[in-house]
Amino acid sequence: MVASTPTTTEVVAQALAGKRLNVASLVFRATLLVSLLTSLLILITLLVSITAGAVPTLRERGLDFITSPLSLDPSSAGVWSGILGSAGIAALVAIIAFPLGIGTAVYLEEYASRGRLTNLLRTNIRNLASVPSIVYGLLGLAIFVRLVNLIGLAGTGSGRNILAAGGTMAVLVLPIVIITTSEALRAVPQTIREAGLGVGATKWEVIRHQVLPSAAPGILTGAVLAIARAFGETAPLLVIGVATGFFAAAADATFIDRVTGSYTALPVVILSWSKQTDVRFADTLAPAAIVVLLVLLLTANATAIIIRNRFDRNQQ
Amino acid sequence: MQQIDLSGNPKRHRRERRVRRVLLTAASASLAVSVAIVVTLLSESATFFSGLDFGDGNPLWTLGWFPRRGLFDLLTIVGATILITLLAMVVAGPLGLGTATYLSEFAKPRARRLLKPIIEVLAGIPSVVIGFFALVWISPNIVQRFTDASVFSMAAAGIGVGVLTIPIIASIAEDAMRAVPNHLREASLGLGAHRSTTVRRVVYPAAASGIIAAMILGISRAIGETMVVFMAAGAVGGSLRTFNIFGPGQTMTAAIAALATGSDQVVGQGTAFQSLFAVALLLFLMTLILNVASDRLVRRVQERY
Repeated sequence: MVASTPTTTEVVAQALAGKRLNVASLVFRATLLVSLLTSLLILITLLVSITAGAVPTLRERGLDFITSPLSLDPSSAGVWSGILGSAGIAALVAIIAFPLGIGTAVYLEEYASRGRLTNLLRTNIRNLASVPSIVYGLLGLAIFVRLVNLIGLAGTGSGRNILAAGGTMAVLVLPIVIITTSEALRAVPQTIREAGLGVGATKWEVIRHQVLPSAAPGILTGAVLAIARAFGETAPLLVIGVATGFFAAAADATFIDRVTGSYTALPVVILSWSKQTDVRFADTLAPAAIVVLLVLLLTANATAIIIRNRFDRNQQ
Repeated sequence: MQQIDLSGNPKRHRRERRVRRVLLTAASASLAVSVAIVVTLLSESATFFSGLDFGDGNPLWTLGWFPRRGLFDLLTIVGATILITLLAMVVAGPLGLGTATYLSEFAKPRARRLLKPIIEVLAGIPSVVIGFFALVWISPNIVQRFTDASVFSMAAAGIGVGVLTIPIIASIAEDAMRAVPNHLREASLGLGAHRSTTVRRVVYPAAASGIIAAMILGISRAIGETMVVFMAAGAVGGSLRTFNIFGPGQTMTAAIAALATGSDQVVGQGTAFQSLFAVALLLFLMTLILNVASDRLVRRVQERY
């Protein structure tokens, strides 16, 4: 306690007398407001400065910028290769991480008894969620690149292909899927389970037909978050050999060739353009690519919100 | 009715057991991932440390971090990591805590409903975008305007990492403050204390462990951040030991990214390649300790209220 702190009696006396102005508390409150506004200002500055850089390219090139592949010529380079790569990674993430993640969460929430093993699994998942993403890149290099080589899908880049990238990203987002699904399952009222079991359904039948459908909106939101994370993540891809420069698939490349060959992803395109010696890449193309990435991420999030609202209405 | 009717359809029982086994397998996958991380990092690091040449002095304590020349000065990259993390926390600590306090204690419910998602948008921006922003906007408009820093500087990277950390700190600290029961606030206000006094003397102490947990998680995130540092701090070819924040520098994460992208011949190039795993192991341990600490603190808040 500071000696100058007014006693309760004084405070009440002041308040009753109407002398409510307290400089210290005004300053405190103003500081808080300033920090909130600064945070907002940073966001606005970021969006405005990048959009300003992107507008000329997007206005001039329009759809052509989105559908053009990589090129060494800034006037014809586009983000299509990046979008394809990111979409491929996202598809692999959905195939690998969603069943594993949702399965894990169902086991932990519905089946596992409260014991040592369950606790270990939970702690472990929380810790996995905060492992730096670049460490997952090294895991991918040591495991998935080798695995892709082992099963004979190494292609021309000795395993540095989109299959290894998809596996790595799936492992990276797995904790997100598990944690969001667990939360969604925990929010399902116990009465729903009891009613199902009461009419003679087995545990799995209750989960399959009652619990999972009513947890669906939450699970879906987690899935979208995971996909968005996989779309925006760059660091692990650098470690597992994503192409950071120009490349082009041969004209007669088969689907297998394309899947096992060089690849890039949207955030990697942004990175490599911002590092080009030709400043036109960094000044005009990189901001445009960022706008494409942000629009894709925002669309994904908005879709999730819309679907969730629809689910909510149906249930009422 | 006979007993056989009550025991149910054996087909359904078999399916129950099968489903349970499948789900347990899925659940052990996450454990397998952790084991794989630890085993990979440990075994490759062991190869690195045993392959070090201590002939002409200690290669882990030299002039700088130049892995391709056999100079693995850990202090260079650990020092840069700590510097950038400190700078990030100088930016994100007050801003994050201030934002959280305003949203939790002062904002009207309607304003809060509007502002919180906006702050969360900031959290959803990919780090490569923040890295680009740090390089092309923060560096020239903030760092270089007030100092004679180079284009690539640890200062710009540190501020960029700070921007990335604000929403993490704000969101966790806000949760911690909102978990403080209202009757504590009411008691304080009822004694005639101001709103701001109540926040400083009642809400902050009550939410202390949650707020500290938010800061620790922010630090852990800042240490593990790669792209912002890789793009804005420069020194991608290695770095001399330097603690000048207005010059370029290389953190642990950036060192991994730089070495991995530097050349296609990295794989199988002896100790330079394995050094990636040694650095990653150090990084993993540092963040693990911080995360476990913050997890404990968060759970203490949950238990109390």
